[in-house]
Amino acid sequence: MTEPLTFPPKKDPQKRSATPTRPPEARSRASLALTAAAAEGRFALQVCDECQIVQYPPRDACMNCIGTDLRWNDVSPKGHLLAETTVQTSTKLFFRERAPWRMGSVKLDVGPLILCHIHGDCTRDSAVKVLNRLDKSGQAVLIAIPLERSDHMDDDPQLRALSAHPKHRRILITDAWNPNTPALARALLDAGAATVFVGEAESWRPHPNRDALASMANVEVLPLDVTDTSSVQKLAGEIGGKTDILINNARFLRPGGVLSRGDTGFARDEMEVNYLGLMRLAQAFGPGMCARTADGVNSAAAWVNILSAYALSNTPEYGCYSASNAATYSLSQSLRGEFRSSGLRVMNVFVGPTEDDWHAPLPPPKVLPQSVARSVLDGLNDGLEDVWCGDIAKDIRDRWRKNAKVLEREMTFGSDGA
Amino acid sequence: MVKARQNYDGVAITAPFSMPYQRYSIDTAHWWIAKALRGSLTAANLKPSDLDGFSVASFTLFPDSAVGLTQHLGLCPRWLDHIPMGGASASVALRRAARAVQAGDANIVACVAGDTNHIDSFRNMLSSFSRFAQDASYPYGYGGPNANFALLTDRYMKEYGATREDFGHICVAQRDNALRYQNAVMKKPLTLEQYMSARPIADPIALFDCVMPCAGSECFLVMSEDEAAKRNLPYAMLGGAIERHNAHSEDDIQLRGGWTMDIDELYAMSNCTPDDIDLLQTYDDYPVISMMQIEDLGFCAKGEGPEFVRSHDLTIDGDFPHNTSGGQLSAGQAGAAGGYIGMVEAIRQVTGTAGGTQVKNASIAMISGFGMINYDRGVCTSASILKTGARA
Ligand SMILES: [Zn+2]
Repeated sequence: MTEPLTFPPKKDPQKRSATPTRPPEARSRASLALTAAAAEGRFALQVCDECQIVQYPPRDACMNCIGTDLRWNDVSPKGHLLAETTVQTSTKLFFRERAPWRMGSVKLDVGPLILCHIHGDCTRDSAVKVLNRLDKSGQAVLIAIPLERSDHMDDDPQLRALSAHPKHRRILITDAWNPNTPALARALLDAGAATVFVGEAESWRPHPNRDALASMANVEVLPLDVTDTSSVQKLAGEIGGKTDILINNARFLRPGGVLSRGDTGFARDEMEVNYLGLMRLAQAFGPGMCARTADGVNSAAAWVNILSAYALSNTPEYGCYSASNAATYSLSQSLRGEFRSSGLRVMNVFVGPTEDDWHAPLPPPKVLPQSVARSVLDGLNDGLEDVWCGDIAKDIRDRWRKNAKVLEREMTFGSDGA
Repeated sequence: MVKARQNYDGVAITAPFSMPYQRYSIDTAHWWIAKALRGSLTAANLKPSDLDGFSVASFTLFPDSAVGLTQHLGLCPRWLDHIPMGGASASVALRRAARAVQAGDANIVACVAGDTNHIDSFRNMLSSFSRFAQDASYPYGYGGPNANFALLTDRYMKEYGATREDFGHICVAQRDNALRYQNAVMKKPLTLEQYMSARPIADPIALFDCVMPCAGSECFLVMSEDEAAKRNLPYAMLGGAIERHNAHSEDDIQLRGGWTMDIDELYAMSNCTPDDIDLLQTYDDYPVISMMQIEDLGFCAKGEGPEFVRSHDLTIDGDFPHNTSGGQLSAGQAGAAGGYIGMVEAIRQVTGTAGGTQVKNASIAMISGFGMINYDRGVCTSASILKTGARA
């Protein structure tokens, strides 16, 4: 059984920090679909339309009938561990620094034989379940785990390297004012986070979350205004070197599209907080976090953006807010590319309309703070890049994937009598 | 009913040449190939312009192929082949060259394999080996072939009760043989104790289960028997040759190779049985694969390989001479030339020119090849049987 991870000793500033190294990133284009599935935690393999044979490794033509219609379907992740080895030496620095490394062959119940990482709790010649996860290169890898969960199995070093688990990590939530902040802080602490820093703008004004946050141990509320570059830089100077996960939940939201507003005032605020806020945070915290991705138990692991699902396709009732989120989403894709070499993961949590004053006119279902917290925690546990929170977010995702233009037309109906 | 293959009558294999290997080389594959080619041509007293057929196997020629080599070396062949099959390349090159000679498409074919080994080239080669390896093998610890063969060995041991000592027998005997082969990279004796206590590489594989990558090249010539006789060259004849690719893909783990599909035909074509084989040259990048070949080539039943190596003496003077020049495990693995080392040694053996490694009265030799771990298993297999044509 996996031993529980112990809290790391205080870092010796005289010692060299491990530089971020990465497992191999190169993949064929076909294989990137496995990565796309891993990005949202699915175990999917190619299945031939003609003969239904499940394929692996990813390919461009069926190994049974050479048909070229191969569809990525979710399939059973169960299989049997047939053979294993412990690699003691590798020509790749990433594995050399982490040797010995356990890997093996698993015969999947659905057919193919896969090579994969092996969780420490797997026993020889046993039934296993295979997870599809992103590694430090941001590419899909498969890892076999036992069928039965054990208490500390998330602490297995190979599995933990594929996640951004909060345990023993120090986490910054950027906006104390957001209704979801107390639930987020609570969930992170319950998952074993060492410290939760909470950024608070306009500290002189009372806000409803203050008491809840003050009552939690290991929460530190610190001044942070994401619209103010010097405020962001000041906080980064204080805690940037010990921020392992950053959750950007800062949000400026007002209803309305272009014509319902008389000027660009609110739009400017939306861009200042939602879009430029992310940029300021990334410029201040990003480089330090990127340098600390190989820093042991409390290494920097993930950058989390909480976005509106309408970032994908605009809803004119919140047209300008949607537009600012579309910009933020696009910027997060740039950050993915810029963080890639360090292994720091960017996770976007797309949220449907939330249960708060600004969404009061909308009918249910609406997303509660606890749901946002659960989505963030699940995403960090599973090392995801894209998380969809709430039924509306999932609905938008499915329609957008099916036909983005049809979705756009659905979202932009006119009203009669106009 | 599949039409029976035609025989390989009238073909002579001659002028074997091995360029002494080096652990690391600053020279290129082109240089190594030129050296081996020159060696065989000199042995046959031929000029480059006498060649009209050319077959090349190499991993490190990039960006060149056999095509670039023709211009580089000033050759003008009317028959040109590039064999990208690594450890299976020798028998494949030979059978194709033999057919070209039989058909009159070429008169004299040089079959050459060679690779260089720069300090960094093993790592570079690993990173660009195959698409499936890149996508689905290397991300898992980047153990390269060591990891693949560790998995195969692990399963083989479990399935058939082989022990590490059994694999050790193969390695220790080959080291004995290598001490009698002047070109071998390994010059020191190896004991079973040393084998057993060696540093682990990828369990259950340890240091002496692995080959040492090096630079080197090997060459031989294929021509008609008349041509060889006219030139007074010692030569071997080809009894038969087989190749097979991606065999038994339904097996979850590769515990048998493509030889099993064609081996009966190989013996039938060659008019002999396993009992008639005087020496066996298997492809030995890891001992488990040699053990598998001993089974799949018909020397014992599947699963009896461990018992076979326990009860036979695999050295040059033993009752089952195996990898008489030390094989890759002790002579070194010179890239694609690793696929040729057993062939070139076998030609020397049946022509009575093997010198220090000569098996007494050797007249029938079997050579087997295995190559290309594309994902989880070796895809290519080959084998051939050589017989004495004319001794030196
Ligand atoms: Zn098919």
